[in-house]
Amino acid sequence: MKQRNTLVYLTLLVSLVLSIFPLYWLFVVATRSNDVIGQFPPPLAPGGNLGDNIQRLFGPEAEEAHFARGLLNSAIASICVTVSVVFFSSLAGFAFAKLRFRGRNALLISVLATMMVPVQMGIVPLYMVMVKLGWQNHLQAIIVPFLVSAFGVFLMRQYAERAVPDELIEAARLDGCSTFGLFVRVVSPALRPGAAVLGLFTFMGTWNEFLWPLAVMEADNPTVQFSLSQLATQYYTDYTLMFTGTLIATVPLLLVFILFGRQLISGIMDGAVRS
Amino acid sequence: MTTDAPARPARTAPTPGGARTRPGWWNRFDLHGSPYLFIAPFFVLFAAFGLFPLGYTAWVSLRSWDLTGDAGFVGFANYSRLFGDPDFWNAVVNTLGLLVLATVPQLLLALIVAALLNRPLRALLVFRLGVLAPIVTSVAAVAIVFGQLYGRDTGLVNGALGLIGISPIDWQAGKLSSWVAVSSMVNWRWTGYNALIYLAAMQAISRDLYEAAQIDGAGPIRQFRNITVPLIRPALIFTVVMSVIGGMQLFTEPLLFGQGDVSGGSLRQFQTIAMYMFEQSFQNFDYGYGSAVAWMIFLLTVVVGVVNLLISRRLRGGAQ
Repeated sequence: MKQRNTLVYLTLLVSLVLSIFPLYWLFVVATRSNDVIGQFPPPLAPGGNLGDNIQRLFGPEAEEAHFARGLLNSAIASICVTVSVVFFSSLAGFAFAKLRFRGRNALLISVLATMMVPVQMGIVPLYMVMVKLGWQNHLQAIIVPFLVSAFGVFLMRQYAERAVPDELIEAARLDGCSTFGLFVRVVSPALRPGAAVLGLFTFMGTWNEFLWPLAVMEADNPTVQFSLSQLATQYYTDYTLMFTGTLIATVPLLLVFILFGRQLISGIMDGAVRS
Repeated sequence: MTTDAPARPARTAPTPGGARTRPGWWNRFDLHGSPYLFIAPFFVLFAAFGLFPLGYTAWVSLRSWDLTGDAGFVGFANYSRLFGDPDFWNAVVNTLGLLVLATVPQLLLALIVAALLNRPLRALLVFRLGVLAPIVTSVAAVAIVFGQLYGRDTGLVNGALGLIGISPIDWQAGKLSSWVAVSSMVNWRWTGYNALIYLAAMQAISRDLYEAAQIDGAGPIRQFRNITVPLIRPALIFTVVMSVIGGMQLFTEPLLFGQGDVSGGSLRQFQTIAMYMFEQSFQNFDYGYGSAVAWMIFLLTVVVGVVNLLISRRLRGGAQ
């Protein structure tokens, strides 16, 4: 039994190292100079060059990557999309879970069906729509098409179903609460944990989105991931520059992950049990 | 929208349970109309930016496009051209090959990790967070780091292989080697996520079943095969379907693995269908042909998904 436990810990430790190592390596290279590339065995301690590398990244040397612009664009887009998805999904999720109206089931099924369709498939015509609207290379092109999400509606419906007791709704109605007032004062507080998980996922997804920004934005007005790909293609010999950019692009999400990791785990696990 | 204005005179008698200060038509609307208002934003925006483009893809795919724009209706010419296009079929083979290499090890590993995490362990949260950490890194970040790790002359993977006497591999050059490299990125990023999904399903299994099996003399491996796996089947199917959908759209990893070259290497050795769609649409500006490729991605996803379901159904039949 003891031996078996050791084996379990050992296997888990190996998977842990495999999971973490690429991230750690990212950090190591970003704090050093290009000399480390090609050294074997590789240096595993961080160096002292992170400040210099960051300066290079935002300086004239890497100006083609427009990294600061990319960070700003992604921050704006991710915040707008997250707020909107969480709000509209909660609203619709609550309606589907707790309100009675004609056609409810049919409409809910159509939401589920849209979850199955790969969105990327529509990028060519979506691009043509953007051209018609004159939105190419404008920030709204990466925001407006993503303001709602079928996945979000589904998630919040599942959550509202369990988290909001019917008696609470009845009581609020007896007190003369309008439906929207009900949503604001009674339902939203109960939905908060579910909304937090949806918000995390949405923020991560928008921050990390790549294909669509690449199609609709230009190199001088990129998102952070687009900007990374510019680093990777224009400066592909300068590994520390690439890695520093990648580190900075990853740190916000890592922070969120460390702060809210527990909720993220329970969100994923709850979703799995329900599906 | 909040309507608790106190001093409005009641126009109708207060309905039982209704608000005293609001007219009847408002109450009726609030009860029967507002649900539609609540769901309307989703449907309106989705119709405009989700559904419409999808239908439009079908229409565009029946027309010919070139640098000067729309060149008219061509019927199914784009589709028949597709069937005779070796580059398209090459991309299909690459995508399917990558799908297998990226899905099978990923889900098997996830199953093992989940089984190990599903025991009373010390530092459980650390392990869970640790295996999930890759999910927060963006695809672009993964591709950049792994691109370096798989470098021919300076990569750590070749360095490590050198220790056991294997000479450096040019990972980008060959079909199989590039597939291994690209699929390892997918495997790395998603294994922990799937492990957590399996873990959740495993934790829902009653302990009694295992105790009964133990009394019957079944060892841990048999318990795993005969109790755990059949009972987490819904989670297994869910992860397989999600991996297939993701795998059929694989784009960023191979793109950045080849330094942003949308043709996937000099001999298109790792060009996926999504890359081919991008190449046709946004490099050759042949929107019609690109849209036809997009519809083929959708059809192939459905086909592969159905095949998967049939296999998993058969597996269940065999186990019983």
